[in-house]
Amino acid sequence: MRELSLHILDIAENGITAGADCIHILVEEARSDDRLKIVIRDNGRGLPPEKLDKLTDPFVTTRTTRRVGLGLPLLATAAQRCNGVLTVDTKPNKGTEVTATFQYSHIDRAPMGDIAATLTMLIMGNPDIDFVYTHIIDGNDFNLDTREIKKDMHDLSLTDPMVIHHLTDSIRSSLRQLEADEVKIEKREENDGKANH
Amino acid sequence: MAKLTIDDLKKIKEKSLKETSLRYGEANIKITVHMGTCGIAAGAREVMNALMEEMAAADRQDIRVVTSGCMGMCSSEPNVTVETEGSEPIVYRDMDSNRMRQVFKRHVLLGEVQTDFALGKM
Repeated sequence: MRELSLHILDIAENGITAGADCIHILVEEARSDDRLKIVIRDNGRGLPPEKLDKLTDPFVTTRTTRRVGLGLPLLATAAQRCNGVLTVDTKPNKGTEVTATFQYSHIDRAPMGDIAATLTMLIMGNPDIDFVYTHIIDGNDFNLDTREIKKDMHDLSLTDPMVIHHLTDSIRSSLRQLEADEVKIEKREENDGKANH
Repeated sequence: MAKLTIDDLKKIKEKSLKETSLRYGEANIKITVHMGTCGIAAGAREVMNALMEEMAAADRQDIRVVTSGCMGMCSSEPNVTVETEGSEPIVYRDMDSNRMRQVFKRHVLLGEVQTDFALGKM
């Protein structure tokens, strides 16, 4: 996968297949600690214990259409390649939490990519499922909760192409703002550093 | 804390309301974008993006777009299935955003099956 946002899309779809009705996605960029953490939590039916220790084996899958499953193995290798790990915590009928960590500055770490496209795709393709997205960059955060949006847009469907179009734009500009704030802080710190010398 | 604010939502709602007149009717065309790991890695998200843009431009209420998982034909991903009421579903293979736009404009809107990209009937 070329982008981490594609991994997020993929793992979130797993949760939907597991019968979840709400999916939490957290992206935490701790740039000052050089860490990146991605957490995808669903409230689906969880994984059977016999599958748990073979999660990252591509030849073990819950699907029935074919015999290989690559979603988690791909994310696991992506994380391990960047001095990170993949952990999966699952409870029967409570849900599954997938956590992947990365060294932020690692040369092999794929870019975040188009998070807005991933989110709107999930929202549009799964009208009955709620998504909660949190993106943190060194303490500044962006939140999106489709339960709140649905409450506020009661007479307009979130899957309407027009709504999706505007939603994509808003998410994109909010994330850009978050990034810009971060750069501003970094610059200020740099200047402060110079002033102290 | 940055957040999609109520103001943002109101703006989205106002814009959308202005652009979408009241809509009725059942969907009788269904477009399925297959989004398993294989589809996503092969570029299904870009296909879906193109489709959403075309949908917004076409402003048709009888078309429904859904996503689904892998259907077992990973080598021909991204796959897109177009189902029109009264005829067999057509599966398209190796889609990209341009092919998606063509299928949307010709097959979905005009009813001309694009046999060049078709994998087959289901």
